[in-house]
Amino acid sequence: MTLHTRIRTILGVFAIAFAVAFVTPATAQSVNPQQQSVKEDQLLRELNKITGRCTLPNQTACTIEQPVGRDWREFHQVTLRWIAAISIVGVLALLVVFYLTRGMVKIESGRSGRTVTRFNGYERFVHWMTATCFIILALSGLNITFGKALLLPIMSPEAFTAISQWGKYFHNYLSFPFTIGTVMIFLMWIGGNIPNKTDVEWVKRGGGIVGKDHPPAYRFNGGQKMIYWIVVLGGAAVAISGYILMFPFYGTTVSGVQLAQIVHGIVAALFIAAMLGHIYIGTIGMEGAFEAMGSGEVDVNWAKEHHKLWLEEEMGKGSSRAKAQPAE
Amino acid sequence: MARMKFLCDADRCIECNACVTACKNEHEVPWGINRRRVVTINDGQPGERSVSMACMHCTDAPCAAVCPVNCFFTTADGVVLHSKDLCIGCGYCFYACPFGAPQYPRVGNFGSRGKMDKCTFCAGGPNPENTAANYAQYGTNRLAEGKLPLCAEMCSTKSLLAGDGDIIAKIYKERVAKRGYGSGAWGWKTAYRETIAG
Ligand code: HEM
Ligand code: SF4
Ligand code: SF4
Repeated sequence: MTLHTRIRTILGVFAIAFAVAFVTPATAQSVNPQQQSVKEDQLLRELNKITGRCTLPNQTACTIEQPVGRDWREFHQVTLRWIAAISIVGVLALLVVFYLTRGMVKIESGRSGRTVTRFNGYERFVHWMTATCFIILALSGLNITFGKALLLPIMSPEAFTAISQWGKYFHNYLSFPFTIGTVMIFLMWIGGNIPNKTDVEWVKRGGGIVGKDHPPAYRFNGGQKMIYWIVVLGGAAVAISGYILMFPFYGTTVSGVQLAQIVHGIVAALFIAAMLGHIYIGTIGMEGAFEAMGSGEVDVNWAKEHHKLWLEEEMGKGSSRAKAQPAE
Repeated sequence: MARMKFLCDADRCIECNACVTACKNEHEVPWGINRRRVVTINDGQPGERSVSMACMHCTDAPCAAVCPVNCFFTTADGVVLHSKDLCIGCGYCFYACPFGAPQYPRVGNFGSRGKMDKCTFCAGGPNPENTAANYAQYGTNRLAEGKLPLCAEMCSTKSLLAGDGDIIAKIYKERVAKRGYGSGAWGWKTAYRETIAG
């Protein structure tokens, strides 16, 4: 072997060794393309959802997996139903018991025959507009929560769908007058509804409905102020969460909409329970109360017993009192 | 009876969107609605994977549970279908669905989104006959003709498998055993509460 061929051989061996050394790790890598790839479990653990890039105009479609839907289902099918059933049926039961033991709160000194204006036409209009919307919203909303359990078994699926479809239209469209009414209530009665010292006294003395007492009150007593704030704050909460449900995916994702539904469902249930109490006192719970929102005129003796300080203010205004805007 | 399932072998999907196109064409799915879509995760980065996703026809389906008018039903084949005549378009099934499958014809969402639409596993609607009215609402009923979903049939790499859950799971397991890797059956744990060892 010449030196020349020997060098060639040595070089050749080197080349092969080099090639083997270089190529082997490369092939080992390509055998396991799995090493770096994204994994479902890991993605779900990190973000609790899997989102990527997709070529669709509807970008919510780029989320392909989001197991939280299962939790929301549990809330919607079980938790919300219990909350709503307990609060609504519970309050109804309490009211029945209360009515049977206490009965209607009478005007103790009887009717005087003279009246004083409590709510003017504008106030009554706003009240009844909001109240009508509320009742229809409550019934159509409860149909979404309980309809398939209570109504569907007693009618055909087609009839139940027709009811629910109409219920949905009413629920969606009446949300507007309801929201406007809530804002108007907020503005027109805010003056008389700031809590103050008389309310503390009023609450301490059981508000006159629990006991036989008649703690003095201005235009709105402690209980009415509570109702006012429930309406204003509860109304704001259902309106905001409701509009998110009505126009989903404007700035929210699925989890945002689920949260809105949770808030909407719970607040609505408690709101309905509170309004049952309000309706009770305004009708069969107290003699002379309904007239305030009916004709707008209340008996002077009723006012004396329930809103003594307010009546004194009204009387102070002299002869114009009956027509005057009620004092704040 | 078979228990129908989908399985997307993400290590094979090349994001060609043949499944999406096949579905849209077969059922003449309206503009704006995609019963199936392909999503690419970590696009352009090492380890990128594409997954073709539609309704998974879940076991104990969440959509059916939350629907306020109970318009869903599960066929003997385990396919989750719904009645568009009964749907009121409330959107709840979309909120509950882990796979974002339900879609609505109107995105304006005011008053009504319109009737919900989703993948039918090529099994039509409540009425199994292939009438024109049924076609307009739900698309073709290929299952009634003894055929499987067209998306999987059209899949260029046979990444997307559709059919009896046991059979497609077996095919997938064989693939994984042969090639030595597999990123698992995406969505199976959430949809069917089971996984295939990858
Ligand atoms: C301000 C306005 C309101 C808006 C925008 C609104 C909107 C909505 C929407 C979009 C839904 C989903 C179902 C559907 O699409 O029909 C819903 C459900 C519901 N709403 Fe309202 N709503 C409002 C006020 C109220 C009020 C005042 C109540 C009760 C007194 C109420 C009670 C309910 C209930 C109980 C549900 C069903 C919850 C469930 O089971 O998922 N809503 N609302
Ligand atoms: S994937 Fe969504 S729409 Fe399909 S059955 Fe499951 S929950 Fe229902
Ligand atoms: S959108 Fe239709 S199918 Fe979905 S939950 Fe509402 S009524 Fe049921």
